[in-house]
Amino acid sequence: MSTAFSKRQKAGQRLVNVAAGAALLYIFIPIFVIVLFSFNEPKGKYNIKWQNFTLDNWANPFVEKELTSALWVSLRIALIATIVSTILGTLIAMSLSRYKFKASGAVNLFLVLPLTAPEIVLGSSLATLFLNRSVDFGYATIIIAHVMFQISFVAVTVRARIRGFDWTLEQAAQDLGATPSRAFWKVTFPLILPGIMAAALLSFALSVDDFIITFFNAGSLVTFPLQIFGASRVKISPQINVLASMLLFTSVALMAGAMILGRRRERRHTGTLSK
Amino acid sequence: MTSVVSAGKKWGASLASRPENVGLGVMLGLGFGAVALAAQWVKGPSSLLVAIAMLTMVVGLIYIAFAGGIEARKSLAPYGLLKPGMIWLCLFFLAPLWSMVVMSLSSKAGRFDFFPDFTWNFENYRIALTKFRPQFIRSFSYAAIATLLTVVIGYPLAYFIAFRGGKYRNILLGLVVVPFFTSYLIRTLAWNNILADEGPVVSLINTLQITGVFESLNIMQNGKLMNTPAAVIGGLTYNFLPFMILPIYVSLEKIDVRLVDAAMDLYSSASQAFRKVVLPLSLPGLFAGGLLVFIPAAGDFVNAQFLGNPQTTMIGNSIQDQFLRQLNYPVASAMSFVLMIIITIIVLIYTKFMGTEDLA
Repeated sequence: MSTAFSKRQKAGQRLVNVAAGAALLYIFIPIFVIVLFSFNEPKGKYNIKWQNFTLDNWANPFVEKELTSALWVSLRIALIATIVSTILGTLIAMSLSRYKFKASGAVNLFLVLPLTAPEIVLGSSLATLFLNRSVDFGYATIIIAHVMFQISFVAVTVRARIRGFDWTLEQAAQDLGATPSRAFWKVTFPLILPGIMAAALLSFALSVDDFIITFFNAGSLVTFPLQIFGASRVKISPQINVLASMLLFTSVALMAGAMILGRRRERRHTGTLSK
Repeated sequence: MTSVVSAGKKWGASLASRPENVGLGVMLGLGFGAVALAAQWVKGPSSLLVAIAMLTMVVGLIYIAFAGGIEARKSLAPYGLLKPGMIWLCLFFLAPLWSMVVMSLSSKAGRFDFFPDFTWNFENYRIALTKFRPQFIRSFSYAAIATLLTVVIGYPLAYFIAFRGGKYRNILLGLVVVPFFTSYLIRTLAWNNILADEGPVVSLINTLQITGVFESLNIMQNGKLMNTPAAVIGGLTYNFLPFMILPIYVSLEKIDVRLVDAAMDLYSSASQAFRKVVLPLSLPGLFAGGLLVFIPAAGDFVNAQFLGNPQTTMIGNSIQDQFLRQLNYPVASAMSFVLMIIITIIVLIYTKFMGTEDLA
C-alpha cells in the first residue's frame, strides 16, 4: 500500500489480526478437547470431567464392541454410496461444464435445492416415501439417502474444479487420430481425476458423518454417529474420542497427501510444458 | 382446428430437426415418470403403463442417437450425462417431498390403525402452527443469532486469509476446514466438556467473579453455562462457522487490491475504503454464507439435544420426536413442510437476486 498508515489504521489492522487469531483458536479448542479427553481416565460413565492421564484408551481403541461395529457399518455404507454418487455426480458436472444447453439454468437450480433443503426435511420425507412403500429400513435405505445428498455435492464440487478446463485438448487428440473414447480416457480423464477424487473424498466424509438424514432412514441398523447419539444418554466412553481422533488424523493425512500429490503433479506438468 | 394440426406438424418437424429438444423432453418425461411411480400417483396396472412409456422413451432415444449421426449424438450428450443423476434425485428427493405433503394431510382412521390415510386433514397444520409455534420461533431466532455470530467471528478470519494470508492462504484455509472432519456429534459433545459445570470456562468465570455479568446478559442461568439457550446458539455457531468463512473468503479473494489503493489515493481513510469498497464487494459471499449457515441451523436438533434443556427445543427436535417416537407421521410431515416452505421462500428470494453460483 502506498499511503502511510496513521496510528489509528495500524491499530485497526492489529485488531483484525487479533480477531482472526481468536477465531482460529475458537475453531480449534473443541478439537484439542476431543484429543485431550481421549487420554482421560473418567470416573463413572461420562467422559466429561478431566481426571487422570492414561494411554489405556489408545491401547484398546476397539474395546467398545458396539462402537467399533457401528464404525464399520458407517465405512461400508460410505464406500458404496460414494462410488455411486461420484459416478452420477461427475456425469452431471461434465454435462454442465462441457455443454451449453437450454435447461442448464434449471438443472443448476434443481441441483442446489437438495443442498439448501434442511436435512431434517430430506430425511423425514424420504422416510415417509419408504414407509408408504413398506420398505425395510437398513443398508439399502441409508445408501439411497446418502447418494441422494451426495450427488448434488459431487456435481457442484467437480463442476467448480473443472471450470475453465480446456475441452479442445480432447479435440486435438481426436485430430491426431484418437477415437473419441480413447481421447477421453487418455487426455481428459487423467486431467479431471484430481477434482473427482477430491469431491469423492469430501463426500465420503459427509457420508460417514451424516447423522440427521441417517437417523430417519436407518431402522434398527446403527451407524457410527447413531451409536454415539444413542449411547450418549447412558454413557460417553473415551473410546469415542479415540476413534474420532483416528478419523480426524486419517482424513487430515489423506487431505494433505492429496494436496501434495496434486502440487507435485502440477509441477511435473508445467515442467514438461516449459521444456 | 387446422391451425392446431399445422402447429402439431410444425412442432413434430422442429422436434425431428432439433434432437436437443428430444433430449430435454425425454429427460423431463423420465423424471416425471419416476416421480409418478415413486410417489404413487399411479397404482397397480397403470403404473405398468407408465413404466412401459418410460422404457419406450429410452429405446426411442437410443434409436435417435444411433440413427441421427454424430451431430444428433452431440446434442443429446448433455442430457444423456444428466439423466442417471437426475432420475435418482427425482426418485429420492422430489417424490419424497410429494409423499410428505400427502402424509401431512392424512389422518389415522382408528386408534389401532397403524398407517394414516389421505383425508385432506388440515388439522395437522393447525397443530404444527399452534402447539409447536414456540419451537418454530425458537428455531428461526436461534438460527438468526447464530448466523450473525458466524459473521462476527468469521469475517475477520476470512479477511485475514484473503488479504494477509500470502503464500499460507491454502494452509490457513485447510486449518479452517480440518476440525470439521471430526464427527459432528463428537464436536458438539466436546462443547459439553468445555461448558460443563465443573469445566474450565465456568470455573474461570467463578474465580473472576463475573457470574453476575453473564447472568444479566442471559448467557448463564443459575450459574450454569450448559443447558441454556446460549449454549445451543453457541453450538450452532461453532458447527456451521466454515459455511460462513469459505464463501466470504471466495468473494474477498476476487477483489483487486488496487481498488483499495485507489480509494486510499483518493484520500479515503482505511475504514472508509473498507466500508465503500471491500464490504460491498464481499456482500455476495456474506449472503451466500448467511443462507448456508441459517438453513442447517434452523433445521438442526443435535445442538438443542446435547447442549440445551426442554425449554430450548427447536423445530427439529419436535419433528424428530413426533416422527420417530410418537409415530405421529402426519403432524411431523406438516411441520417439515412448513419448515421447507419458509426455507424455500428464503432460497428463492436469494437466487432471484444472487443466482446459484455462490452457493456451490
